[in-house]
Amino acid sequence: MQSHAALEYDYSVAKLFTYTTILFGFVGMLIGTFIAAQLAFPELNYWMGEYGTFSRLRPLHTNVVIYGFTVSGVFATFYYSAQRVLKVSMAESNFLMFVGKLQFVLYVILAAGMVVSLLMGYSSSKEYAEMEWPLDILTVAVWVLWGIVMFGLIGLRREKTLYISLWYFIATFLGVAMLYLFNNMALPTYFFSGGLGNIMHSVSMYSGTNDALVQWWWGHNAVAFVFTVPIIAMIYYFLPKESGQAIYSYKLSLLSFWGLMFVYLWAGSHHLLWSTVPDWMQSMGSIFSVVLILPSWGSAINMLLTMKGEWNQLTENPLIKFMVLASTFYMLSTLEGPIQAIKSVNAIAHFTDWIPGHVHDGVLGWVAFMIMASLFHMAPRMYKREIYSKKLMDAQFWLQITAVVLYFTSMWIAGITQGMMWRAVDEYGNLMYSFIDTVAVLNPYYTIRALAGVLYLTGFLMFAYNMYKTMTASRKIEAEPQFRSPMA
Amino acid sequence: MDIRELQGYASFFMTVFLVVVLYSYIVYLYRSEKRGEKDYEKYGNIALDDKIDSTPIEHNPKSQSEKKELKNEYVND
Repeated sequence: MQSHAALEYDYSVAKLFTYTTILFGFVGMLIGTFIAAQLAFPELNYWMGEYGTFSRLRPLHTNVVIYGFTVSGVFATFYYSAQRVLKVSMAESNFLMFVGKLQFVLYVILAAGMVVSLLMGYSSSKEYAEMEWPLDILTVAVWVLWGIVMFGLIGLRREKTLYISLWYFIATFLGVAMLYLFNNMALPTYFFSGGLGNIMHSVSMYSGTNDALVQWWWGHNAVAFVFTVPIIAMIYYFLPKESGQAIYSYKLSLLSFWGLMFVYLWAGSHHLLWSTVPDWMQSMGSIFSVVLILPSWGSAINMLLTMKGEWNQLTENPLIKFMVLASTFYMLSTLEGPIQAIKSVNAIAHFTDWIPGHVHDGVLGWVAFMIMASLFHMAPRMYKREIYSKKLMDAQFWLQITAVVLYFTSMWIAGITQGMMWRAVDEYGNLMYSFIDTVAVLNPYYTIRALAGVLYLTGFLMFAYNMYKTMTASRKIEAEPQFRSPMA
Repeated sequence: MDIRELQGYASFFMTVFLVVVLYSYIVYLYRSEKRGEKDYEKYGNIALDDKIDSTPIEHNPKSQSEKKELKNEYVND
């Protein structure tokens, strides 16, 4: 036993971000379910005046689930797992503890500012980068503070080698920092026009096609560095730890990492196929997207092979079920994405409901499953209590998996139907259908999607309840479990 | 040749160069392990044995606490 035996990991910041993950997950998914219902039942748009319209709520949904729920989940799991793989406690540095807590406080202010400003209609009109310039500056502050803690902990570490999860967290930090800065370069019009207009308003430094390119360089990499890279960081730590099995191939994890970094950054132009960007750039976007299957599947297969010889755990432990299904959905969506990025497929798929269908089998099946499973794994270790109910977790799993399947199958059918109807021409070359014809045909699928939203949201409430009871009323445990999380 | 065409060629050759770098890295990983110079797979245990008082897979010589411990051991000896 070494002399720092009395020292313990400090989860105070991880706990704070756990609470915001649950809160923003609920809010974001509630808004998502509501706007899905609005598409099926349009009269719901007129419920709360300007604050209740689809156009006002849609950016609120995406921003709350991406920057509220997912980013909180990333911070929570980072503050939990980074200490452990570096074998250093936050409690060992008062400075880092202060910076971590300051980061949380600023993050909460930023999130509140984001919700209020978007609801009031302040938007830079850039997808997934809607926040206006004052909030962008605050975002940079929050991000820099995270970087200070990350590299501060690395500086104090006892374990010389950085575990693969940390590579992915570092890549998240650097990737988002670079892309966010470039995409949000903007001039606040109030200061550059001698005090005219609204102080919140700004104009992008780029224009036309360049603006679109920078926007989708960011837009696609929001998927890469918020929805993929940090979630891989989670699965590389939590699946081995929960199952007690080391990663199947550490070398494969390293080369998948570099492959992903190399390829992902340049796939964004597939959002601009058949547009005004140079043709070679569109082709390179398509090619890079198809090549992206390799590093993505490299990580996913590595995860599935980690369970080699231990597949019985899939039936015994619902947490393993969540993580294995997350990995499987990662494979599904990273195959589907490249298919949609092929130019001829994109000609049908672009702007249709197949796109949100693709996004949601990734975010509901991969991102949210992995975040919820990680928080479930962390809870007994952070609160020193067993997970409140295994049965509830199992029921949540089946409810949510049904929801995901309903969501993406309905959107596959809706999207392809929509794409085909838009392109259909009669014998004289006239369009056969008007836009409203497609809306009438798609209505049943929109209703199925809204139902899927209700089911998934119900599952999320079960998760939140299970976590709340675990924190407050579950049976206490004496010693920290080494691998499998205890549950009643 | 206009600037757009140049950008296209630059992008293509940069990609080829980076592919060569990536494949060289893969060869390096497997070759160094085959020669017994490295053992990458042991790092998988960092996640499994992650208590704060567990012995690190590889000690970080720059760690302040490690230095203190080594010093204490020296004094005790």
